[in-house]
Amino acid sequence: MSTTNYIGKPTSRVDGPAKVTGAATYAAEFHVPNMAYGWVVSSPIAKGRITKVHADEVLAIPGVLEVFSHENVPGLAWFDRNYKDDVAPGGSPFRPLHEDKIKFNQQPIALVVAETLELARYASSVLRIDYEEEAHETDIEAKRDEGFEPGRGKSGWMPPPPPRGNPDQAWEEAEHHIEHEYVHGAQHHNPMEMYGATVEWRGDKKLTVYDKTQGVVNVQNYLTKIFGLSKDDCRVINQYMGGGFGSGLRPQYSVFLAVLASLELKRSVRVTLTRQQMFSFGHRPHTLQYVKLGTNPDGTLAAIQHHALHETSQFEEYTENVVNWSGMLYQCENVKLGYQLAKLDVFTPQDMRAPGAATGSFALEVAMDEMAAAAGIDPIDFRIRNYAEEDQNAGKPFSSKRLRDCYHQGAAKFGWDQRNPQPRSMRKGNRLVGYGMAGGVWDATQKKAAAKATLTADGKLLVSSATADIGTGTYTIMTQIAAETLGLPLEAVTFKLGDTDMPEAPVQGGSWTAASVGSAVKSVCEAIGEKLLKLAQKMEGSPLKGASIDEVEFVNGQIRLRQDPDNAVVIRDVLQASGETKLETDTSATPNLLKQATHSMHSHNAVFVEVEVDEEFGTVHVTRVLNAVAAGRILNPKTARSQVLGSIVWGISMALMEETVMDHQFGRYMNHNYSEYHIPVQADINDIEVLFVEEEDDVVNPLGVKGVGEIGLLGVAAAITNAVYHATGKRVRDLPIYLDKLL
Amino acid sequence: MNPFTYSSATAVEDAVRDNASHEGAAYIGGGTNILDLMKENVARPTHLVGLNKLPLTAIEPTPEGGLRLGALATNADTAWNEEVKRRYPLLNQAILAGASPQLRNMATNGGNLMQRTRCYYFYDTATPCNKREPGSGCGAIGGFNRIHAILGASEQCIATHPSDMCIALAALAATVRVSGPNGERAIPFEDFHRLPGNTPERDNNLEPGELITGLDLPAKGFEKNFSYLKLRDRNSYAFALVSVAAALELDGDTITDARLALGGVAHKPWRDQEAENLLKGQPATPETFARAAAKVVESAQGYGSNNFKIELARRAIVRALKQAAEGSQHASDVFLNSNP
Repeated sequence: MSTTNYIGKPTSRVDGPAKVTGAATYAAEFHVPNMAYGWVVSSPIAKGRITKVHADEVLAIPGVLEVFSHENVPGLAWFDRNYKDDVAPGGSPFRPLHEDKIKFNQQPIALVVAETLELARYASSVLRIDYEEEAHETDIEAKRDEGFEPGRGKSGWMPPPPPRGNPDQAWEEAEHHIEHEYVHGAQHHNPMEMYGATVEWRGDKKLTVYDKTQGVVNVQNYLTKIFGLSKDDCRVINQYMGGGFGSGLRPQYSVFLAVLASLELKRSVRVTLTRQQMFSFGHRPHTLQYVKLGTNPDGTLAAIQHHALHETSQFEEYTENVVNWSGMLYQCENVKLGYQLAKLDVFTPQDMRAPGAATGSFALEVAMDEMAAAAGIDPIDFRIRNYAEEDQNAGKPFSSKRLRDCYHQGAAKFGWDQRNPQPRSMRKGNRLVGYGMAGGVWDATQKKAAAKATLTADGKLLVSSATADIGTGTYTIMTQIAAETLGLPLEAVTFKLGDTDMPEAPVQGGSWTAASVGSAVKSVCEAIGEKLLKLAQKMEGSPLKGASIDEVEFVNGQIRLRQDPDNAVVIRDVLQASGETKLETDTSATPNLLKQATHSMHSHNAVFVEVEVDEEFGTVHVTRVLNAVAAGRILNPKTARSQVLGSIVWGISMALMEETVMDHQFGRYMNHNYSEYHIPVQADINDIEVLFVEEEDDVVNPLGVKGVGEIGLLGVAAAITNAVYHATGKRVRDLPIYLDKLL
Repeated sequence: MNPFTYSSATAVEDAVRDNASHEGAAYIGGGTNILDLMKENVARPTHLVGLNKLPLTAIEPTPEGGLRLGALATNADTAWNEEVKRRYPLLNQAILAGASPQLRNMATNGGNLMQRTRCYYFYDTATPCNKREPGSGCGAIGGFNRIHAILGASEQCIATHPSDMCIALAALAATVRVSGPNGERAIPFEDFHRLPGNTPERDNNLEPGELITGLDLPAKGFEKNFSYLKLRDRNSYAFALVSVAAALELDGDTITDARLALGGVAHKPWRDQEAENLLKGQPATPETFARAAAKVVESAQGYGSNNFKIELARRAIVRALKQAAEGSQHASDVFLNSNP
């Protein structure tokens, strides 16, 4: 595909019109006949035991159908493995309404089901529940010395590599060295759409489940294992999603409760969560990090040490890759990485956009800035001096890596040369101005995925896969890939997703959808192409007779000879001539492990930030951000840019605003709403710019794509922190940078 | 949310009568706060008296040369009213610093005074709160109190009044006109809201069933030298950590009249007349401003997470007075207050 018609071209979202006109239906918007409504009752305490649920009092209210709690929930699957979803971490998964124990604040402890939503809400507000409270521990500061190394992580988690070289001695003997602690609190995903499920009861143990999820297959596996349903009778659908960011990778308790109620009441049931309840499950964990860096006289890194400790629940060992990146982003012979968990009385943390890397790169990249300052080297120059030509963790070359170009092109476009290296040296009016930069690295992953394609006699192509589009642009890029592969107009291609009746795809996470589902779509369209060619060759007087698939190309609705483009047949004519009404096939794409095993596959970025600080008030304004991203081939510069723009906004949020604050008196998050959990508004966002440094990479997957869902977030918070230091001379090491930290 | 009934009144006397005839009734105007409170199960009215059909939306001159703001004029219509912009730009700035355009389009002037604190504990029925449930305790004292009061708080309550508009109304010395079962009366703005003391459940001095019908602004609008400075954790749709309404009348460099009120620091809009007196007759210099600022925070007390507000308030007062003296704020600079 040296020249393309669709791939690599800015293309507007094909699902955009449906979304902005309201035609897109979300999980909690499906209306099915005779529906009942469930309202979740959340625990007001962090730890203890439920001694009594006074269900009889609310069951007396006309219209209240049932109160589900541990007191009356029927016997379900017994083993932990039945409750383990496809991306669960190690440990024992939380089972809603399973027992009288309360393990975390806001735990779902009852579901009130009624004829109307309002009635269910009212009844749940007067439901009396008696508790025996027990002492809780929700403060990671109290568990500093009780960290432990996780045994079994979730899939994709890698324990830190063993130390290399002589990191302690090298740090001690370094020309310059620094050591600091870096902290951020818990953060919640806060997608606009709240979790909810509409369960349509279609007769005995037959359900259609509309659920907000990043993976319908995962939800189907989870539900069938717990409730003993057959997959044929438990169809899970989610075509649109109002944001996920990782919060929908694991099935939420809302879908469990809705299915439970539906099966018990033999009725369709909807359960939706409130905004406050969106703070009752997974989150980016509160993490304490310690970084030690040292340099040699020539400005190369003598030692890197990075240790992280973060919270997990009492029942699961949530893991993410926080420190590993520090062993691969820069060349260094003496490296020591450590990673520990501490158990608290909270719900299990969960992947949140660039899980682990967003945390780890904040600490490493602020430390790198501090190290550069201590050694008297420009921060970009310092990184280039320590550029990793290979992944030292794995001892493998990178499949492609144009991070150096990100530094150079980004710096040039940003105007880094205007930066006076001296902190507090730049001003605009009465404000201090600072320039800062940082960068990051993320995995380029391909997972097994399947797709199905149907080409009909009218020349229309339908392609489907049970993947998701959490707002990333999946619908659009899959449409582009299919149109490109078969040379059809975009308008002739429809891509469908989010239905377990479709070929299986992994959860949408890890930035792997473009690579994984994209490869499957390409592959299935190529299979259709081969069938088409065979049929075309059977046509009377076919100019394609004897041509192999490599000798033809699919362009402008035609199959034609590459060497002699005038010899062509129209695709629509092929089907009509053959008498077939449609061509249909499905296939799956699997990573080429042989090819990939010899390489380390990653995307990289470099972020440049300008801030203005009103020093008297400590208010920080991020006036400019430029994010240079090297993530392989960019399928759609428009949706890819949107993804990176979103990441930048989130990075600003992470740096300046976001923190879910726990009141340890109550073991409860107190700012659990949009009003007090701050994310940026339009007035906080100024100029932001995205620069793609494209890479040719035939190792990662046949499309050469690395994914852009996460890489854009990396380095943003660190670059802002570094810019604030440059502006003010004050180094903040705990996020968010509230104004009072600069007073 | 509990079951409730609803009626809509077309005349003030009907609204007052309807309210009085239902035990546990509440008024509803724009509903931008009470609906949230009902959904959170914090407010549990048995009956709502709808006010939006009352003829109280006018903004018109008073016989005394001031301006009367109808209780049911929306915050947006008030902020963008030509007379408000021209004569009371401080009020325009304060209103536009608050909430979001959508909320200002719904929220009414009377409702702005009646909105309740955004204390996390007040909103969360799983935690104690003396304001929501007298005698249950205060979660914020000893808890997470970043947004809480540093002035005039009590051992019962350290909540703040969340309004921006009210800070300007306090500085402008508005009068609140109310109508109730016992007739009409006028309440000076400073006497409208209360400090928490031992009765934090009472936000203001309205008698049961009384309804705000209008706000009277006096003739003097300080339209030349004013500033509304708001400091917050994001640039819009965030309550003030500290806000300052400053208004000066100058004769050359000498301050002939001064008003100073703060938001985000107390259970009520915090006007400090002692500090104002320290400004009057003095030259408009940083030293004068610093003396006034020191006076305001003299009795301030932090509760942990909000200790920073004391210094922040001191600096914000000095800056706001400086901006007022320079005459550098204008009603058209909508974002000025968000970019101090």
